Parts: sequence; structure tokens; C-alpha cells
Amino acid sequence: MSKLRQLVDKVKPTFSEGGKLHAFRSVFDGFETFLLVPNETAKPKGAHIHDAIDSKRIMIMVVIALMPALLFGMYNVGYQHYLAIGQAAVAGFWSKFWFGFLAVLPKIIVTYIVGLGIEFTVAQWKGEEIHEGFLVTGIILPMIVPVDCPLWILAIATAFAVIFAKEIFGGTGMNIVNVALIARAFMFFAYPTTMSGDRVWIRTDSICGLGEGQVIDGFSGATPLGQVATSLDPTVHLTDAAGNAISCWDAIAGFIPGSIGETSVIAIALGALLLLFTGIASWKTMLSVFIGGGLTAFLFNIGGLDTAAAQLPWYEHFIYGGFCFGAVFMATDPVTSARTECGKWIYGFLIGVMAILIRVLNPGYAEGMMLAILLMNVCAPLIDYCVVQGNIKKRAKRAIKK
Amino acid sequence: MGLLSKKSKEAFITPIWGNNPVTMQILGICSSLAVTAKLEPALVMGISVTIIVALSNVVISLLRNTIPSRIRIIVQLVVVAALVTIVSQILKAFAYDVSVQLSVYVGLIITNCILMGRLEAFAMGNGPWDSLLDGLGNGFGYAIILVIVAFIRELLGSGALLGFQIIPQCVYDAGYLNCGLMLMPPMALIIIGCIIWFQRAKNPEL
Repeated sequence: MSKLRQLVDKVKPTFSEGGKLHAFRSVFDGFETFLLVPNETAKPKGAHIHDAIDSKRIMIMVVIALMPALLFGMYNVGYQHYLAIGQAAVAGFWSKFWFGFLAVLPKIIVTYIVGLGIEFTVAQWKGEEIHEGFLVTGIILPMIVPVDCPLWILAIATAFAVIFAKEIFGGTGMNIVNVALIARAFMFFAYPTTMSGDRVWIRTDSICGLGEGQVIDGFSGATPLGQVATSLDPTVHLTDAAGNAISCWDAIAGFIPGSIGETSVIAIALGALLLLFTGIASWKTMLSVFIGGGLTAFLFNIGGLDTAAAQLPWYEHFIYGGFCFGAVFMATDPVTSARTECGKWIYGFLIGVMAILIRVLNPGYAEGMMLAILLMNVCAPLIDYCVVQGNIKKRAKRAIKK
Repeated sequence: MGLLSKKSKEAFITPIWGNNPVTMQILGICSSLAVTAKLEPALVMGISVTIIVALSNVVISLLRNTIPSRIRIIVQLVVVAALVTIVSQILKAFAYDVSVQLSVYVGLIITNCILMGRLEAFAMGNGPWDSLLDGLGNGFGYAIILVIVAFIRELLGSGALLGFQIIPQCVYDAGYLNCGLMLMPPMALIIIGCIIWFQRAKNPEL
């Protein structure tokens, strides 16, 4: 580590004021703080918190928390592929993982190159420090798209989201809506055939000769929620790619088709534990999303609406689709969620309610988590405003009484 | 005062870009979002609005000294409504398909803020010649924005221009897809936003 420090100190003058590469100061600055913990804290005066944790450390924490879901997602991509070509029992663990790794890695690279490229350019242009917000966005985005989503669409969506959802509003920390979800929403509405339907969730082609094979007869690539949405019978029998029944355990472990990182409840729970343990995500938001979603789904269960989506048991709504992923990683985004403590309860609760409402009542959208979170992102400042005003009124009343 | 005095020139030229009614005054946004999914209706709409603004400007300018100021809005509306009805009937007679695509938006030109704005702000206080130029300038300004937005939207949204396929089939075979979002109104708003961004970045005075 000290060698790294020496190296960084040695090249520092080149990038400082008057140095040869002064124009690239913000790039250097970005890498310096990326590699080494900055040793500047607030002056030991007053009531400030004296800690070297900055948004880079926070972002890295979130990236680490995402790792279990990402790694499992890679494995699941391979597993679903070998299931689709009828070799799930033959192929080993590593060949499945390797297949998924090769399928997912290009997506991660593309989002990072496009997103960081724009961020670096803007920072350079405005002469600001590089914002680190894209670290998380760049890893979340590949995890919330179907595996067969083309790379060029991913690149366009990333560019669109970073420019229009983030840089226009003033960069990291200023965005009103979640950047990764805007990218996903862009893809969803601009290129619906690559983002929904039955054909995009499982990769059936081979990658560089790996995983060659014919797709088996009776193959169906529909996600569980897709099957629920299209089912005419209120009691739906969910099946996987090869036509076997899906049990709740399969869905909790994550062996179901879906967006790359969203399938496994266990892997997401590991990430959630880390986020809660380090205090980065708010447990209030997370919990209230589940309460809101569970309650709404339960009301539909007893409400007697005679569709498959309404009759899906309330706990099963959590384990299919992106409910858990959204609740843990997207709803808790500290920038776009409500900031008052009371507001977090309302914000999370309404996300859960909206997500289930969209799932059940809108047959066009099998999954409602993305739209629910985006909607509540927009409403979060309003919630905060009401909570703050309510508090002011309450205290004013108390003051007058005395 | 010559036919193209400085004032007349300004009345014609500034609304086309520098003081564009859509991007600078943010007027007429509703119709610019609604009719710009394809280039053809956008062109027709731009021409219709140009004709109506120019003619109604002239008429109101000629009447400006006889209109009692208390009922001027009603008089302006009558003039605009008469012109809009004529244009709408002509469209129905000679370009029925386009008039179906434009649907209510031809009729809604009556409520287009650009018209009322120009009548109130310019025609009520200036002579007919200047008013004509002002009307033409504002109409062109509106039409230009419509055409730019519609060009981008039709090219990226349908791969065509004026109904002719521009993007060749081999590109689609290679995996290219039309951007469905371009056909939805939100994208028109974003494109207009980009034009405003560009315009303001070019002109630091704004």
C-alpha cells in the first residue's frame, strides 16, 4: 500500500496547478481517492462527524453487497441455458458459471465504458471532481436487464439515463429518479421486444462455441410472473424452461428465468444484510416495501378478483420478479428515496402497494416494481415536504399551548 | 419606412430562431408534442399555423383601431376561428388522410397560445405589413421546430421520412430496432428540451 502511496505522490505534481497534465486533474483526483482513502476529514471543531468515509466508500459497499446476486445471476444464466438445451444434468457447475460469466461480462463492460466515459467527459468539461455515483449504477444496470438484451441498446440506454436523468440535474446526488431504473425504463418503452415477452430471459444461443445444443421440445422462456400475467386459469401452475414445475424453494434459491440479478432471494438477502449492517440502506424503507406489497397482495387474495395475478398467494409475490431486488437495492437509494424518517415508511409502503397494483391490475405489465419505484422517486420530495410541514405544525401547536 | 425596414426585418427574423415561440417562449408545446410523430402531419400543421397566424395578424392589425378594447379577445377569437375553420375544411377536402392524422389539433389551433400572443402583443399595435411579417416569422419559427422534432422522431422511431423507408432492411437484419419511445409524446418533449438546451448554450445572453 505504501508503494502505491509513493507512486501516487510521485505523479501528483504533473496533475496539479501548472503541471503538464493539469487538464486531466479530475481524472487523477478520481483515481487517487479510488485507490486510497483520503486522509482529509472535517476539522475537529463543532458537531461535525470526523470520518474519512466518503461517497466512494459507500458506493463500494453497495457494489460488494451486489456481488452475491451478481455471481448467482451469472450461474443462473448458465443454468437456464443448459436447462433449455436439455443438458442441465450433464453440464458441471463451472461450465454453467463460465457460460453465464461470458454472457454477463460484456454487459457490465459496456455500461461502465459508456457511463464512465460520459461522467469523465462531463467532469473534465466542467472542471469538477469525478462523481463516483456511476460505480453502483454501472453494476446494477446489467443486473436488471434480460440476458438477451442487445449490447447496443444497453449502451444507448446508459447514455440516455446518465445524461438525462443525472447530468442534466447536476450529477451524482442531484438526480430525482434512479438512474439505473431510468435506463431500464428507456429500454422497456423504446425496445419492448428486447425487454419483455418470452424470448429474452434465457439465452438459447451458444457463446463462442460454449454451450452448443438444440433447444429442447416444449421449451418455454416465460418468467413466472409472465406466466401469471398470461394465464387464463386463476390457479396457475408455474413451469421452468423445460416444463418442470417450479416450487417456492426454486424461486427463493433463484433457479427461475428473470433479469440477471433479480432471481435469487437468498443472494439478495446476503446483500441486504451487509447494507443494513453497515447502515447504508434504511431498514425502514426495505421493511415498509414488503409490508405495503404483502398487504396489497393479501387484500387481492381475499378480495375475490378472479385472475391468476390476484390469486397468487401474497408471499409468492415477493419471490418472483424483481420485488426483492427493487426493495433492497433500488428503493433504498439514499439520493432518490424520501429522507425524513417518517417519510421513509410512507415512501416504501407506497412502492410496495404500487408494485402489486401494477402487477395485478395491468395485464400489459407483468412486473410493476420498476414503475412503482420510479413513481415514488418522483413523489419522494412531496412526501418529505408534507412530513416536515406536519412536524412544524405539530411543534408550533405545542409551543402555543405552553 | 421601406418595405423591409429594420423593424420589419426584425419582426420577421427574430421569431424564427432567436426568439422562437416554441423554444424561447414555450408556447404551442401541446401541438408540437402531439403531431410530430411523423414528418408529414408536422409539415402540414406548420404550414397551417403559419397561414393562420399571418392572415389573422393582418386582419386584426387592419381592425385594430376600431376594436373596442373590452371585447378585443372575442373579436380576435372570431377572426382566428373563421380562418381555422377554412383551413380545416380545405385540409379535409384536399388532404383527408393528413387531416385525420392531425385530428383535433387543427381545430385546436384556435387555442394555440402563439396566435393569441401575436395578436395581443403585435397586431394590436402595429401596421398590417409588419404584422404580416411577424405572423410569417412566428409561423415559420413554430414550423421549423415541428419539422426538426418530427424529422428526428420519424427517422429514429419508424426508420422513415415522409413515409419512405430510409433505413435499409439490411440494418434491421443486423439487429437494429426502431426506438418505440420516439413515437411517444415524452420523447418529443425531451427533443424540444434538447433544442432549448442547444439554443441557450449557443447564446450566453439568455
